[in-house]
Amino acid sequence: MSDTTITEAPATVTLTGVSKVYGRGATAVRALDQVTLSVAPGEFTCLIGASGCGKSTLLSLVADLEQPTSGKVGVGGRVALMFQEAGLFPWLTAAGNVELALRAGGLGRAERKQRTVELLETVQLGGFGAKRPHELSGGMRQRVALARALAQDADVLLMDEPFGALDAMTRDLLHDELDRVTAGRNLTVLFVTHNVREAVRLGDRVVLLSSRPGRIIKEYPVPIERPRRIDSAPVAELAGEITDRLRAEVGRHGK
Amino acid sequence: MANDVLIGLDALDQSPAERRGSGQLGSRIWRGTWPKLAAIALVLIVWELLFLAGWKHFIFPGPAATLADLGDQAKTMLLWRAIGITMMRALIGFGLALVIGTVVGALTARIAPLRAAIGSMITALQTMPTLVWLPFAIILYGPNTSAIIFVIVLAAAPSIANGLIAGVDYTPPQLLKAGKLMGLRRVSLYRHVIMPASLPTYVTGLKQGWAFAWHGLLAGELLVLIANEPSLGVLLNSDQEQQDMAGVISIMIVILILGILVDTLFGRANNAIRRRWGLT
Repeated sequence: MSDTTITEAPATVTLTGVSKVYGRGATAVRALDQVTLSVAPGEFTCLIGASGCGKSTLLSLVADLEQPTSGKVGVGGRVALMFQEAGLFPWLTAAGNVELALRAGGLGRAERKQRTVELLETVQLGGFGAKRPHELSGGMRQRVALARALAQDADVLLMDEPFGALDAMTRDLLHDELDRVTAGRNLTVLFVTHNVREAVRLGDRVVLLSSRPGRIIKEYPVPIERPRRIDSAPVAELAGEITDRLRAEVGRHGK
Repeated sequence: MANDVLIGLDALDQSPAERRGSGQLGSRIWRGTWPKLAAIALVLIVWELLFLAGWKHFIFPGPAATLADLGDQAKTMLLWRAIGITMMRALIGFGLALVIGTVVGALTARIAPLRAAIGSMITALQTMPTLVWLPFAIILYGPNTSAIIFVIVLAAAPSIANGLIAGVDYTPPQLLKAGKLMGLRRVSLYRHVIMPASLPTYVTGLKQGWAFAWHGLLAGELLVLIANEPSLGVLLNSDQEQQDMAGVISIMIVILILGILVDTLFGRANNAIRRRWGLT
């Protein structure tokens, strides 16, 4: 990454002029256009935008599941990914799902067992290790997925609308959980959502993307002290400002 | 505080009692059994009525005479030996088909050129009537057990391979992504993600493969008569030659029952997997 010019602390994730085009010729779709973004170690960055802003594409590029059409993606460290559906293996128990990640990381059997118990306790599911994914609620499944992501000992956690399918109460509680779990770990998080309040509640910074093609419109630092509440006045105020800007962007497509 | 709420929510999300069907074991078995018994009774009644009506009455026996014949045959070693021989062939043939179908399926599913080369051929084989292979097999091996086994393998292996290929194809992309990001690659990805994800479809393929194998086996036994090897096919054949309709129907009943028993085994396996995965 010698051609990037970052003067601050070395970033964990850097995107430099990244574009992604799907297909060719007349039917080609430009999902991302000249996106430049750098995320510092331990920073919690939320990406927000309407449909078609290439949020998920961006995560796939960072996760190295897809390659950019042009530009450069640099990631310093291991990456874990969480989706809207927990993506747990249905043939394994909650503990088995966490353990497989540890196994893939090369941990020995005895150590795996112990780490699995610890990680499930971290997400407050100590008593549910023997349950299969279908026996757990959506929120619990996401916490197993979080434990599994932590088991990968990742430096960067990519989250693609992980709480999008949950009810409001569960989502609020999982926000608290995520705060608590990420706090002590120096984990760099890239969190995609279309819920503006959620972005402001969680992020150190909110990055607003345009749609078709996805470009960065504006970045909002979130100077609100933690612990935060999603229904607090400062969160609502900044969320309102971002929503207005987002609406203006979406409205542009109606003309 | 938040902690209590979270744990409370978890507790509420768990159903209070795991309901595993309702009622006693006895009544549950009865509920599953009586419709089957009723169906059998219905068949026997229709059969008896046909018999009483005198349809083809010189050659067509009633249920009583037939079941008596079956009872007599069950007391002889001949029937049991025939069942043994036929089931042994089924076991060997299906076992070989299982190995071959699985290996070919696993390779074809993951290796693109191989897929392009033989993927459609496997499906073509599957649609080909098994008996078409019999002359080929008899010329190749002579009229013996090997020829029959050959036919069974060709009948069952394509379904098994196709079941596995379909299972691999329909591995949810999200699970693949999750596995890859965990650092699972190639063999370990195959072993820990793709194989288990393919299991339900694979078992469906096995079940279908068994049905074809069973068809091929009995057809083969009817056409390849081997001296001193009294298979079910041989018994059917000799009863036919003696115009012994009661004997023929008895053997048909035995074949039906064996088919149902094996099918039940596959059904059980399938249900166990579905329950484990939360698909039911």
